[in-house]
Formats: sequence, structure tokens, C-alpha cells
Amino acid sequence: MTAATSAATELRAEQDRGRKVAQNREKWASGRTYISAVVILFWCLAPAYWMVVTAFRDVGYTYDTSILPTHVTLDNFKTAFDTSFGNHFGQALLNSLFIGTVVTVVSLIIGVFAAYALARLNFKFKYLVLGFILGASMFPGVALITPLFQLFTNIGWMGTYQALIIPNISFVLPLTVYTMTSFFREMPWELEESARVDGCTQGQAFRKVIMPLAAPAIFTTAILAFISSWNEFLIASQLSSDATQPVTVAIASFAGAQPNQIPYTAIMAAGTIVTIPLVILVLVFQRKIVAGLTAGAVK
Amino acid sequence: MATEVGPTSVKAPASGGAPIHHAPKGVGEDNRIATQGRWAAWLLAPTIIALSVVIVYPIITAIVMSFQKDAGLDPATGLFVEGGPAGFSNYINWIFQQCPAPSGGTVDCPPGTLGAQFWSATGTTFFFTIVTVALETVLGFWMAVIMARAFRGRSLVRAAVLVPWAIPTAVTAKLWLFIFAFEGIGNKLFNTSILWTGSEWPARWAVIIADVWKTTPFMALLILAGLQMIPAEVYEAAKVDGATAWQRFRMITLPLVKPALMVAILFRTLDALRMFDLPYILTGGANNTTTLSILVINQIRQGFNAAAALSTITFIIIFLVAFIFVRFLGANVVEQQTGAGKGKK
Repeated sequence: MTAATSAATELRAEQDRGRKVAQNREKWASGRTYISAVVILFWCLAPAYWMVVTAFRDVGYTYDTSILPTHVTLDNFKTAFDTSFGNHFGQALLNSLFIGTVVTVVSLIIGVFAAYALARLNFKFKYLVLGFILGASMFPGVALITPLFQLFTNIGWMGTYQALIIPNISFVLPLTVYTMTSFFREMPWELEESARVDGCTQGQAFRKVIMPLAAPAIFTTAILAFISSWNEFLIASQLSSDATQPVTVAIASFAGAQPNQIPYTAIMAAGTIVTIPLVILVLVFQRKIVAGLTAGAVK
Repeated sequence: MATEVGPTSVKAPASGGAPIHHAPKGVGEDNRIATQGRWAAWLLAPTIIALSVVIVYPIITAIVMSFQKDAGLDPATGLFVEGGPAGFSNYINWIFQQCPAPSGGTVDCPPGTLGAQFWSATGTTFFFTIVTVALETVLGFWMAVIMARAFRGRSLVRAAVLVPWAIPTAVTAKLWLFIFAFEGIGNKLFNTSILWTGSEWPARWAVIIADVWKTTPFMALLILAGLQMIPAEVYEAAKVDGATAWQRFRMITLPLVKPALMVAILFRTLDALRMFDLPYILTGGANNTTTLSILVINQIRQGFNAAAALSTITFIIIFLVAFIFVRFLGANVVEQQTGAGKGKK
């Protein structure tokens, strides 16, 4: 009897120990997960934080390395918009907004039809068309710039808005098409047929059923398209003029009072202005954006 | 996954021009495909036309230009020449680094000229590509694995990784230029006094670090999306069978995430091969950080046609790398795109 009891106690003790080890391991694992998460947060956010802190720091303390905000001022934002050193940041913001809007709207209007066809219809050469569009999205910008540089010089388009918008469409349109194609493929198209059965015309079914469902996909694609156009630098750095340059070019060539001193605080202020709206947009629509970004690669 | 019906099913012969040979239904199916084909042609026309105008036309022009001589002063006679057909001389100028000699014929391009920089720029471009993509893959995989776990604050991490991605590259370059300034926070933090943009290796590492910071999130999100498609039951079954964590990673995670991973690596590789903004703004291409794209831009104002030859070479290099990826490494982008892999899930 004693042997049996002791065996039972031993077993229970063994189980307890086992459970404890498992618990400890779990705790340890979740502890490691949290440490990793903190490292990721720091790595991703610290440089961005540093940009914002510097943007609000007095220019005399540019190289102050205290981690918390010190010598806080708004002067840098005034300097960023100041045009007396040959900077055109305010104008550049408007230019980027204008170029980005036109590129996004045009790409969406053209791309939505192509995406519908690729997601919904069956036809010859579908793979060829998809391959062509994907190839176009990976196309190196420098391969376009030389002929465009010469062409635009010859027809007097250098420094015009259309010289910036047209090449930009070539980068944004493929992205738009393949993002929307993936979204469209996931949509419950049966509803369209149900609506037809219930007596809607094809037009009504599209307007009343499909459009509201497709709106979020189109909106997400629009954000991605706009960000992509907003970031464009290569083409703009070669084909724009002072009057039409977008913000990326303005920031890259930002000049200060002294020619050999880089006005970092003002540049960080400009960078903050350019970035904050995007970051807010991205954080608000985080889920959708991630879905859109990864749509082309997996599924 | 939407359960699609009829001709839109992904299992239907998508590229099938081949008529379906079964009984009376086949005729209707044929008609259906023909009608859809007509519709598709109309819907696709704007995109195809737009891309032809903005991509295909410039490419053909660039290839034509690359076989033309640049107008300019003839070094032999000192007279202005109009240009004209050049044969392969522009390509020879880059690949064999031969420049026209004052006495006629060609000599090795003197050091410092753009013609002498082709191979070093190619080397730099590939060096950047291999190092950044390798680092991004490892870091991105690690981030994705962490983000795939369930823990409180996970959505915060997922939001945070989007921040570097959302910052325009031009701003990223200026930000890291400031961090790597001599008196900047970078040197202070690591207690070093490196002139980051002043010599070859620090300058290269500055570019690499900035690029990894900016683009790892994209990689991580693509891999995360791949990870999330692996059903949890597979892991549980393996656990029951006594597989260790490492075995589960090697035998389940890696093979199942491979298609997504390959596509992510392909996208990033092609992107890195055309790297321009970051080194152009961060180092100006100094200290051996000139990539092929920067070399093209530097050449444009010295002669369109030689620049066109170089951009064509760049294009061919990128095309070859993409081809190798798709053909030999199994990065099947189109299949992923069309959802042919959907059945596997």
C-alpha cells in the first residue's frame, strides 16, 4: 500500500514538476517575445523619433544629443518654408499633391478596368498580360530616363508637370492593376448574380452591390498609389524645374544660409511635414494597407 | 477564398485558347470565352496602351539611341561632329572601358572618367543588393515570426513597422545623413568618431543600414502574410509527433513559406539592383557608392547615347537576374498572382 501511495505521490510530483517546467518555458518564451518586440519597436521608431525631436530643436543646438526634446522651438518650420535661400518647399508640397493626385486618379481609372478583366474574365493571353504588367512594375527607372530626357528636351517639356506625371504613371499603374486584381479576386461576386436574379439590371447590380463592396479596395489602392507617387525621386530629380519640383527633390537639395553647412533642423522639419500625413494615413488604414501591400505576393 | 463559379473558376483553363471537346456544352463554353475575350480586350486596352507609351516606346528609343554616336567635339580633329551610327562603340565604351583617343582609335578610359567606372559601379550595385537583401531577409523573417505570435501589443508592433516604410526615401536619406553626421547621434551612441560619409566602407555601411531600416518592414510583412497562411493544425500535429522547434521550423515553416519568401526576395532584389535615391542623396555616389543607376544619371548630361547604352545594359542585367529567379529558383510570380497556388493554401 505504501509503495502504491509513494508511487502516486511521486507521479504527482513529477507531473507538477513537468507543469512547472512547461510554465516556466512558456513564461520564458513570452518574455523573449516581448524583448524582441521592444527591439523591433526601437529599431523602427527611434530614427523617426529623432527626426521629429530634431525638427523641434533650436538650430543652435542641432547636434544636441539628449534623447528628450530640448530647446523646443517652431522656428525650423518657418525656415523650411522660407524661400530666401533658394528653397521652394511650400511650392514643392503643392506640386507633390498635384502630381500625386493626378497620377493616382489616372492610374485608378485606367487600372480598374484592367483589374476587373484580369480578376473576372477568362481569355487568351491572360498570363502574358499579367506577366507584362508585373514586368512593368519591376522595370528600372533609369532605363526610361535617358530617352525621356532627350524626348522632353526636344519637344520643350523639360520642367513641366506633364513631364513628371507621365513617367510616374508608368510606375504607379502596374502597382494599381495588380493590387486591385488581387482585391477583386477576393470579392463575393456571387452577390452580383443574386442581385440579377432578384431583378436588378446589370448596371444596377454593379452600382448598388459591387461598387460599395469594391470601394474599400479602390480606396486602399489609391493610398498605395499616392504614396508611391509621393516618394518618386529619380525622374523628378532630372526632369523637374524649381517651379515644378516635388517635395522629395526639394528636400534632397535643401540649402541653408551657409553653403557648406547642411541646415539639418530645417530639413528634419520639412521631413516631418512630408511624413506625418503619410504616417497617420498608414496607421489609420493599417490593416487595409498591409493587405494591399502583400496582395501581389501571396494568396 | 471566394468560391467562384462557372467560367471564372481558377481551375478553368485560364489561358485556354484550346476549345473544350466535350459534347454540346463545349460550343457554349467557346462562345462564352470568345465574348469574355472581347470584353477583356476592351477593358485591358487603356492599360496596355498607356504602358506601351510610357515604357515600351522609351525602351525601343533607348536601344536605338544606344547605337548612335553622341554629337560633340571630335577629340581627334577638334571639330564638332553630328553623331551618326556608332555600332557597338557605346557598349564597348562601358564594358571594355575604352574611350575614344585623340589620335583616333580607342584607349583605356582614364581613371576618374565615367567610362572607367562601369565595373566598379556594377560591383557596388551587386554588393549592395546581396548584402541588403540578405540582411533584410534574415531580419524580416525574424520580425515576421515575432509578429505572427499572439501577445499583447502585437498590433502596436505591426503598426510600428509601417513607419519606416511610409517615410519617403529622400527623407530617409537625409535623416540617416544626420544620424551619421560626425557630431551626430550615431557616433555618440556607439561612442565612435567615424567620418561615415568620408571613406569607402563607412559610406557603404551607412547606405546599407539606411536601406535595411527602410525596407525590412516590407519584407517582414510579405513573409508574415506567408506565415499566416500556414494552418495551425499542422504545427500541432507535428508537436504531437514530437518534432522539436527547430524541426518544425525547418520541415514546416520554411517549405510552406517558401513561395511567399521567394517572391519577396525577388521583389527586393530587383528593387535593390536599381537603387538610386539613397546613395545619391546620402553619399552623392562618392567613395565607391556609385550604383549603376547613379552612373546613368551622371552620364546623361555628358551624352544621351552613351547613357542609353548604359541604361540598356542595366536593364539587361536586371532582366537576367529576374529570369534566373523565376526559371531556376522557382519564384513563380505570375502563378502566385493568378491564384493558381490558391488550391494549396
